[in-house]
Amino acid sequence: MENNLLSIVTFMPAFAALILAVFLRGEDEAAQRNAKWLALITTTVTFIVSIFVFIEFDPANTDFQMVDEAAWLLGLTYRMGVDGISILFVMLTTFMMPLVIAASWDVKTRVKEYMIAFLVLETLMLGVFMALDLVLFYVFFEASLIPMFLIIGIWGGANRIYASFKFFLYTFFGSVLMLVAMVAMFSDAGTTCIGGCDVSLLTHNFGSETIDVFGFQIIGGVQTLMFIAFFASFAVKMPMWPVHTWLPDAHVQAPTAGSVVLAAILLKMGGYGFLRFSLPMFPMGAEVVGPLILWLSAIAIVYTSLVALVQEDMKKLIAYSSVAHMGFVTMGIFSTNQQGLDGAIFQMISHGFISGALFLSVGVIYDRMHTRDIDAYGGLVNRMPVYAMLFMFFTMANVGLPGTSGFIGEFLTLMAVFQVNTWVAAVATTGVIFSAAYALWLYRRVVMGDLIKESLKMISDMTAREKWIFAPLVAMTLLLGIYPAAVLDIIGPSVTALVDQYDTAVAATDAAMQTAEAQN
Amino acid sequence: MELTLLFAPLVGSLLCGFGWKVFGETAACWIATSLLFLSALLSWVVFIGFDGTSETIQILRFIESGSLSTDWAIRMDRLTAIMLIVITTVSSLVHLYSFGYMAHDENFGEGVSYKPRFFAYLSFFTFAMLMLVTSNNLVQMFFGWEGVGVASYLLIGFYYKKPSANAAAIKAFVVNRVGDFGFALGIFALFFLTDSINLDDIFAAAPDLADTTLTFLWADWNAANLIAFLLFIGAMGKSAQLFLHTWLPDAMEGPTPVSALIHAATMVTAGVFLVCRMSPIMEFAPEAMAFVTFLGATTAFFAATVGLVQTDIKRVIAYSTCSQLGYMFVAAGVGMYSAAMFHLLTHAFFKAMLFLGAGSVIHAMHHEQDMMNYGGLRKKIPYTFAAMMIGTLAITGVGIPLTHIGFAGFLSKDAIIESAFGAGAMYGFWLLVIAAAMTSFYSWRLIFLTFFGEARGNKHTHEHAHESPMTMLVPLGVLAIGAIFSGMVFYKSFFGATEYVADFYGIPLAEMAEGGDTAVEGAEEAHDNADAGAHDGEHHGPGFGGAPGEGALYFGADNTTLDDAHGVPVWVKVSPFLAMLGGFVMALWFYIWNPTLPGRLAASQRPLYLFLWNKWYFDEIYNFIFVRPAMAIGRFLWKRGDGSVIDGGLNGLAMGIVPWLTRLAGRAQSGYIFTYAFAMVIGIAILVTWMTMTGGAN
Repeated sequence: MENNLLSIVTFMPAFAALILAVFLRGEDEAAQRNAKWLALITTTVTFIVSIFVFIEFDPANTDFQMVDEAAWLLGLTYRMGVDGISILFVMLTTFMMPLVIAASWDVKTRVKEYMIAFLVLETLMLGVFMALDLVLFYVFFEASLIPMFLIIGIWGGANRIYASFKFFLYTFFGSVLMLVAMVAMFSDAGTTCIGGCDVSLLTHNFGSETIDVFGFQIIGGVQTLMFIAFFASFAVKMPMWPVHTWLPDAHVQAPTAGSVVLAAILLKMGGYGFLRFSLPMFPMGAEVVGPLILWLSAIAIVYTSLVALVQEDMKKLIAYSSVAHMGFVTMGIFSTNQQGLDGAIFQMISHGFISGALFLSVGVIYDRMHTRDIDAYGGLVNRMPVYAMLFMFFTMANVGLPGTSGFIGEFLTLMAVFQVNTWVAAVATTGVIFSAAYALWLYRRVVMGDLIKESLKMISDMTAREKWIFAPLVAMTLLLGIYPAAVLDIIGPSVTALVDQYDTAVAATDAAMQTAEAQN
Repeated sequence: MELTLLFAPLVGSLLCGFGWKVFGETAACWIATSLLFLSALLSWVVFIGFDGTSETIQILRFIESGSLSTDWAIRMDRLTAIMLIVITTVSSLVHLYSFGYMAHDENFGEGVSYKPRFFAYLSFFTFAMLMLVTSNNLVQMFFGWEGVGVASYLLIGFYYKKPSANAAAIKAFVVNRVGDFGFALGIFALFFLTDSINLDDIFAAAPDLADTTLTFLWADWNAANLIAFLLFIGAMGKSAQLFLHTWLPDAMEGPTPVSALIHAATMVTAGVFLVCRMSPIMEFAPEAMAFVTFLGATTAFFAATVGLVQTDIKRVIAYSTCSQLGYMFVAAGVGMYSAAMFHLLTHAFFKAMLFLGAGSVIHAMHHEQDMMNYGGLRKKIPYTFAAMMIGTLAITGVGIPLTHIGFAGFLSKDAIIESAFGAGAMYGFWLLVIAAAMTSFYSWRLIFLTFFGEARGNKHTHEHAHESPMTMLVPLGVLAIGAIFSGMVFYKSFFGATEYVADFYGIPLAEMAEGGDTAVEGAEEAHDNADAGAHDGEHHGPGFGGAPGEGALYFGADNTTLDDAHGVPVWVKVSPFLAMLGGFVMALWFYIWNPTLPGRLAASQRPLYLFLWNKWYFDEIYNFIFVRPAMAIGRFLWKRGDGSVIDGGLNGLAMGIVPWLTRLAGRAQSGYIFTYAFAMVIGIAILVTWMTMTGGAN
């Protein structure tokens, strides 16, 4: 079926950004207000239009849907589409952006540029999740760094230059390897189409015969090499241990809205990449490297949870907790079974709401006190009961309390990995203990206790605007926690297809290898 | 009806917690309370009208992923029905009681509306607890399991200004999570092996599990044993068994009604419930069950020893709870699940009563909790005194030996001790008898220190000691009925002849009699025979039968503990009674006849006294081997791991050029860095385009 719905969703924010850039002049109050309202309205309308995409989407169909195709520059093809794997990331993005804009209402400096950056960022992120062409994907994937880079670099904290460069270099470093792999993929398959066309990368069989590189036998051959190249990029994005250290710095320096986008959406590009490329295209690579990744995930969960325990900066603590939660995602993905992939996607969506809300929670008190230092707070519950309640809710969601969405993803991924490797499962499950410890310890130091500090005596509770920003997040966290079928029904068939494809490919390669051995 | 009773507390909690500004404070609290009374009423209707057959009520779809398929659903069977009446009865009474107890609280300033919050938490707890016991699958049970954990966390930390309360709240949650670690792994293992986490499927697969080997961590294990053991770790956390018990005494930081409801009558018994619920698995896991017995008995003993010397009235009762839970686990461990449930039921009544009574004392004494500052209170607060006496008579197990007439604890505790002996668990038997003596000692010590002797401590407080209002006394009265009669009323169903127990739980008998009326006659006859044949150890009557999961409990074909327990020698049957008498006399001697003795003894046996006073130093040891190392490792990983190794070494190259780039960018764009970045990415875009173009030419 031909329609342009996806492209409309994707480029509407960019279009609004263009209007802002061209037509909006001046730095006065009115111009600022216009910029903010335009951004808010655009992102809201984008969300509403994306709901139509969601309604039109048929979960039972595991092919790409609503494919939008056009010739692009230099003989390349522009191709967008969604399937069960990507649709919810699109929805997550369009859902979060109006909240992010609303959370930025108090920005005072360069408001126009700020809004442009976020609008462009939304387009690029949506593009990543919808692109069905390798080059297109790459452009979106890499370009999405720039607005984020700017958001940290211009509207960030005192140490923003260091943080933004660290962030940029880390992610860029991985991209170079991915680029090389992409070129190799194209020369092997002869197409840049990811899926949804006759000859596509998703249906192409990349070589998996064992090859010899500098005397090393590479099991899985080309697939393994390509897998590693992509892994370098996606692992940094996730971020996985031990390439995670850019994230706490980036979060600390980023403005609140930047942190929210970073945690809620940008990190998910790595996980999405694993699901879109690594597993289906290089199954043997995943089979060979997967066990190692499971261990990296388990280490990430325990390591970062322990580090979170001793943080003195609220944002850093939540950033480390994000790394731990992303550990569950990679663990689920590389368990390569239905529960694992379902759980990983669920965890990513859920983490979008929960970590977004947690960074917003930090933002609420940062706006009032201009410090993220945990020791600067204490006893907020005495003056901010509504805040205390919301923060409690999301703290509990963050520790994976059943009934909130945080539980389902953790539960499914752990259950999945148990079927593959009980050691990893046991180590990762200790994460439920540590997460409770660091999250509640943070909550206690910030919210509980008597209000002693003079500086906090006049702190005010949340405004109506702030409450309205949290309301949708609370609703989603509860909805998905109580009725997870809302997500699992959508992703289920596509995940089943992916798992089947993966199992078939691995079985075929194993059979081929056995035949080859028999012949020798 | 089941749905109404399940969701009424949730509705009450939400209306009270969020709607109190609309309804007004008092009205909101009454809404929550009346909905709970409704729930309690319906529970009793369900319990009395229940015919023993299990049924399932679907509510909503829950997690569905591949072969994993679960619903929000209610499993109605006898086990559920028992828990329903325990939870809703105690909870509704505690709600009522809280009107009096929470009327004025010095922990909150003027104008702070803490009452709706308190009632909302209580009601939410009740809802979560009901979800736990009604669940037909393990995830929903886990939902309730964690839900009660959160409610407990919130209520322990209810006095949020007190640092000790906050610390206790976190400790409770985290220690419980250690248990959940095991519980979760148990669920994963069950799903791995049976491809389902619905109770019906698991029970059906239980016999196969006994013959399955599962590779877990470093070794191969018998699947049934491993799963039973992992699930029991969860139970240890929730039910405060040895090693994971440290949170329970600290949990006394919460308001006293909370202690009564959560930390005595209901939540802490969830572990016992879990073991009973999973009886089809447990029956096939003899080694795990031996461990349950061992740990239960050890806990019963350990907690009783610590209870001997504590002076905080609530802590004494808390350790007593810990100890009584150990009893229940021994019963479950020797395969006498119905005895465990029996004690759970009676304990809920008399322990809630003791706590509420203690609350009444504390209320009268202006929140003084140290028994050393009590004394001579029986005339000042006579009703409370009467209630506490009844509770003490029940917990110590006063009754007429060799009959079935006595206070609640007499029947249920003796049932456990006889079961332990009957099953040949001599370690359990002896420790429980010794613990029974200590139970009697510390319980009477509490009574004597509080209500007898001279008034000690602040004179002013004593002069103003006053009896509690009716809202507090009525719940005590109702619980008193339970503490006196629940043992005698329910004895036959929980611990009578096999036929009665089987009928109660809906368990089919192995060899049915002629059927119809004759079956009942046969049952009575068999009962008489069992009594008559007790001395020579002969057993008559049919045993338990049916497939796992057919009734609310499952007894394996070779599980004859019930008959064996009925057939124990007379000296075994009277041993708990003698132990109780011994403890009573000791307490009399120590605190009435010779009140200076305890002080002298503590001085002469100082190391032992300190050992008990400091609760066997568990907190100190845990702090030393878990808490501080965790912090130290965290700090090390952060500063050294992330700081030196990763940022300094692995990525040192990349990080080394950051300053250089920063300078460059600073020079080129005087602070604007984005052009540089933009150029980089555009360059890459052009590069990839070019490469694909040339590639496309081939």
